[in-house]
Amino acid sequence: MPSNQGRTHDSAGRPVVVVTGMGVVTSLGAGKTDNWSKLTAGQSGIKNITRFSTDGLKTRFAGTVDFVPTDPMSSPALSERFAELAAEEAIAEANIGTRGDFPGPLFIAVPPVEIEWTQRRQLANASGANTNVTYNDLIRMAATGQYTRLHERFMFGSIGEHLADRLGTKGSPISLSTACASGATAIQLGLEAIRRGETDAALCIGADGSVNPESLIRFSLLSALSTSADPPEQAAKPFSKNRDGFVMAEGAGALVLESLEAAKARGAKILGIMNGAGEMTDAFHRTRSSPDGKPIIGCIRNALTDAGLAPDDIDYINSHGTGTPENDKMEALGVMTVFGERAKSIPMSSNKSMVGHTLSAAGAIEAVFSLLTLAHQRIPPTINYKVPDPTIPLDVVPNTARDAKVTHIISNSFGFGGQNVSLVMGHEPA
Amino acid sequence: MAEVSHEAWITGIGIVSCLGEGADAHWQALGSGHFNTDTTAYAPYIVHRITPLDFDKQIPKKGDQRQMEAWQRIGTYAAGMALDSAGLKGNKEILSHTDMIVAAGGGERDIGADTTILSGLPVAANPEAFLNERLMSDLRPTLFLAQLSNLLAGNISIVHGVTGSSRTFMGEESAGVDAIRIALSRINAGQSEIALVGGSYNAERPDLLMLYQFGGFNMKDRFAPIWQRTDNPGFALGSLGAFLVIESRSHAQARDAKPIARLSAVRSGRSSRKPGDITASLKHLWGEIADRLRPNELALISGASGVEPATAEERAFLAEHQDIAVRATGTYLGHGMEPQFPMNVALAAIAVSRGNLFPPTDDSGVERSLDHSITQAIITAVGHWRGEGMALVEAAS
Repeated sequence: MPSNQGRTHDSAGRPVVVVTGMGVVTSLGAGKTDNWSKLTAGQSGIKNITRFSTDGLKTRFAGTVDFVPTDPMSSPALSERFAELAAEEAIAEANIGTRGDFPGPLFIAVPPVEIEWTQRRQLANASGANTNVTYNDLIRMAATGQYTRLHERFMFGSIGEHLADRLGTKGSPISLSTACASGATAIQLGLEAIRRGETDAALCIGADGSVNPESLIRFSLLSALSTSADPPEQAAKPFSKNRDGFVMAEGAGALVLESLEAAKARGAKILGIMNGAGEMTDAFHRTRSSPDGKPIIGCIRNALTDAGLAPDDIDYINSHGTGTPENDKMEALGVMTVFGERAKSIPMSSNKSMVGHTLSAAGAIEAVFSLLTLAHQRIPPTINYKVPDPTIPLDVVPNTARDAKVTHIISNSFGFGGQNVSLVMGHEPA
Repeated sequence: MAEVSHEAWITGIGIVSCLGEGADAHWQALGSGHFNTDTTAYAPYIVHRITPLDFDKQIPKKGDQRQMEAWQRIGTYAAGMALDSAGLKGNKEILSHTDMIVAAGGGERDIGADTTILSGLPVAANPEAFLNERLMSDLRPTLFLAQLSNLLAGNISIVHGVTGSSRTFMGEESAGVDAIRIALSRINAGQSEIALVGGSYNAERPDLLMLYQFGGFNMKDRFAPIWQRTDNPGFALGSLGAFLVIESRSHAQARDAKPIARLSAVRSGRSSRKPGDITASLKHLWGEIADRLRPNELALISGASGVEPATAEERAFLAEHQDIAVRATGTYLGHGMEPQFPMNVALAAIAVSRGNLFPPTDDSGVERSLDHSITQAIITAVGHWRGEGMALVEAAS
């Protein structure tokens, strides 16, 4: 046991980990101030896609971030810009290190990277192969040496490496994916590194800028996306009976985590506590949850145990709440099982009703929103809630934000591939 | 140093490559002087194809196999071998708290669909609408799941029942180093008791040859061992699957599992790759573990790729340690990105468990014969673009 056990360490003897900086970018805007005012006003960031032609697509809307230009445009380029904006806001708020010298490692959730149609078409056109294109033609063009920067841009590690270069984070940046739980996993990795005593601070980011034709179509072919286009801002309907899928979206969330001891020592303002994280993998199916809900239930319980809290300590649930028929049903089952009778009286809302599903970024963005909920003692609503689902008898904070006393929040993130991660966050201790 | 009960043992190894499957097959093939290269399928580029595998042995349901592309089948197969090797296959109690860290890139593209669309675009009346229409009709819905980086881990959970946790690291060679580094750190700190760690790579992909040829990294025309490529530098991509079961000593002893080797240290580094940076980075990593080394019981497994200037810089680092026997396994295996480091840690574990090393396959002077038995092996990793890593594996006597 550490000799300095006390407020700076939890009951298990581990360093208490706090949040001292946050940044966020979503389709609602850049920065916490803008996002929070729109989120609590119940505004939607979902709109018709203008970035590319949607001719022939079943879903033609998304929560794109259109106010951050990148040229040339690609998913990794966009993701990197979003991540950088969120990280700069978080580091500035934490006022930690010096510019370009962040004193800890980087954990960043990013979407899978691959060459996109823009580049493929560019090579095919340049090859002169016209209507008989083979990969040999593309490789022949690649070998001309005219496209060297495409190599670096489409490395999986490039976003993390570039950010590590610019922000001066320490050590090997870890780029990761746990599908739609990625952002929460990035935070969990930072939490664990600080608890191990490897570092006093960590920069944890989730970023996603992958609204492009093929990514949209891939989700569409899995029947995962809402197709209710009229109007787009009402398409995301988590927990409603008429919910029909999620809405793809973009953005980034960034958090500076620090040990409480280090944060206090440098006089940093503490924005909240990262009390704990839990996970449990579902081996039932690639895209569906185990019908008994055990992995989700186990994930939530593991997070509570890790945080040293009981279900009764939670007074708001920041749901995964994607708006797919499957997710919301299974999440509700998990919540009702863990929280029992009390589940009906715990507010549980979905940020995704407004910002859409930001995929790799969602866990980090929703952690930022959870901490803002704690700071403002105000719960953002689940908008577009018009047709209650009688099988989900929960308080989803319908349509209008609400003031409430909130001391501990659990934020859920679930993803394809059986990924389940929950984070528990709390207020600064008195 | 970790408490003794939290020291990490490697108790399971599952490896597949162009050399075959399993520890014994690899050991026999390494040093044979026979290089399993394919110089024709993707000429002028050279690749190392995976040995033919009977996937039914580790992925019994055909339905599961159909849901995967080659990289996932290779990885799920190797992961199953590692669990078999550790005596954990089917042990629900342990698998339900086994933590998984997978180092992965992305999956295969549908080459036929890509080229059909590219060939149709120049004559399409409305190219954007044509692209959308073809993607809507040509992409198989299940292909997406075979492409998602975290779905190798997802498939391992489904097929083998590993459900403690599941994290996928991305970022080429560094992902493999950091996957093992984080697994080890968690075990040493008591945050995890047992982990399944590794990755897989399918080298038989024209889209990846294209990606790496943007930077001119693929070796062309003429095969040569790693250290003899100075006049024709580059890597030959290699299909690999490599998984390790790593567990705390106390967890292993409680279930009577025997160690293959002890995983004593993993370090990762990064440099901005200015001239001399890689050598300096490797020296720095070496400095972090040097006080644990016994030079007369030591060998070094190099992850050099053959790419320049990375390989020359590693060679400059090795030149300062001429007393250590070096082997670059990439000569035999090719370069498999994410699983390269897990594969080399596995081979190092096999080496220290046997106390010896396979013969050199290089007459450039870097690899020399070993004249003593070994109880320690250093593993290096130098990413072709970014990232350096080093590990120490020791005999667990």
